[in-house]
Amino acid sequence: MNQRVTKFLQASASIAVLLAAWQIASLFFPHYLFPPVQDVIARTVKILLNWAELSQVLETALRIFAGLAGAFLLGSLIAIPIGRYPRIESYVNPFLIFLQGIPALSWVIVAIIWFHGTEFRIFFIMVVTTLPAFTFQVLDSYRSMSKDLFEMTMAFRPSGWVLFRVLIVPTIVPGILTAWKINLGSSARVVVVAELVGATGGVGYELLRQQQLFDMAGALAWTIQLVLFVLVVQQLIVWTETWLLRYRPVSERAA
Amino acid sequence: MTLMAEPLIRFREVTKEFPRPDGTGNFVAVDKLSFEIAKGEIVAVLGKTGCGKSTMFNLLSGLIEPTRGAVEVTGHDPFKEFNFFRGKIGIVFQNDRLMPWRTALDNVVLGLEILDTPREQAEAVARRWLERLGLSGHENDYPHALSGGMRQRVSIARAFAVDPDILLCDEPFSSLDEMTARDLRAEFLRLVRQNGKTAVFITHHINEAMEVGDRILVFHRPARIAYEARIDEAARGGGRQAIQDEILKVLSLDASAVRP
Repeated sequence: MNQRVTKFLQASASIAVLLAAWQIASLFFPHYLFPPVQDVIARTVKILLNWAELSQVLETALRIFAGLAGAFLLGSLIAIPIGRYPRIESYVNPFLIFLQGIPALSWVIVAIIWFHGTEFRIFFIMVVTTLPAFTFQVLDSYRSMSKDLFEMTMAFRPSGWVLFRVLIVPTIVPGILTAWKINLGSSARVVVVAELVGATGGVGYELLRQQQLFDMAGALAWTIQLVLFVLVVQQLIVWTETWLLRYRPVSERAA
Repeated sequence: MTLMAEPLIRFREVTKEFPRPDGTGNFVAVDKLSFEIAKGEIVAVLGKTGCGKSTMFNLLSGLIEPTRGAVEVTGHDPFKEFNFFRGKIGIVFQNDRLMPWRTALDNVVLGLEILDTPREQAEAVARRWLERLGLSGHENDYPHALSGGMRQRVSIARAFAVDPDILLCDEPFSSLDEMTARDLRAEFLRLVRQNGKTAVFITHHINEAMEVGDRILVFHRPARIAYEARIDEAARGGGRQAIQDEILKVLSLDASAVRP
């Protein structure tokens, strides 16, 4: 059997088992604890088909993209000078490691105390929580640059900008794509926490409402929206990666 | 060592030291090296592995700075006057060093792109060089799809495409099989002579040095000239064995190191 079909069937089997277990639980427990699967699916579809509700999902998606883009730009601005001048690393590294150790919830509290606007608060939280990972991943990609290719390019005496364009960018692209894939999942979790506390819209805010209404089917349906969003964007990144890295032999490309 | 009216390349008492990794002082890679190369001359540099050939190569290409002494190429310092040499020196490395994300055509275009040549013109030049090196039809192939010989041809095309005054070659055919290396060597020599280039050709094969060079410089570690021979028609014929023997003596190599 085709390997892809086998993988799909294996994944489907585990999801089917989970759904069956949930459905059985719904027969023995009250529906506010274990709502039937069909109710959750119906709510999920309803959100997708209702523009007012779908726009809440898109609002969260935009916040994730903005936060990731901010962290990526800032991370690259930090990583590339460190790559070129390694002495800077000993000054910057402790700061990044310190940032990495701070829980997202602490940043939520800091952001609420420091800033007024909801959107800026969320943007700030997203950036500071994903900045260390982006910086380290871009730095690792920069360091993986081939010394041979660097020497070859330098032999043509390029300007700094041309060197960046013809050698550094293509070298770090695979690492950047990996960084986006990894940080997408973690930022989806962080954005919900940020919205839960400080926002008046978005998936986090909707989850808070479902908790107040004690509506488990609603909570699950909004959670599934976020999972679907992450899956769709992950796939888009994989397609982008396949296209951008088309120069690699087929055996080295992303599945 | 050799005196001539207008040398294009001149090493004057050049020394290059590198700090030892364990911090116990410096390691001398090149020791008071002096030589001159005339315009249009092809000089083969021969020596054992680790004798400082590549350090000399990097000094000549301006990638590193001498600790003492002076390197002059057309009267300029290739390290300090970095931008002056843009497009004037072409390098063919031991391995092809092609950018894997660029097609064969785009790899040849690279040097011209760095020199700000308009894209259309750069592509036309690159196509011409690929054609001259027998790579027509492979313009859009990525390096992984090319054989070792084809990849090295692309790297030769890349070096020639910028029309440099000087070609530096660091054992460019050593990673290829003998047949491919022989064909490419002949092609390379034809192109160098046809285009009136000055070339420095590093190798550790005596026969290759004698085939390629107008002159051979034999290096001893740390890089200094231990023997020098001019390869004229007589040397390529009857005098060949005498020169080979002398080089072998200098290098203290086993005769089996000579390529058949």
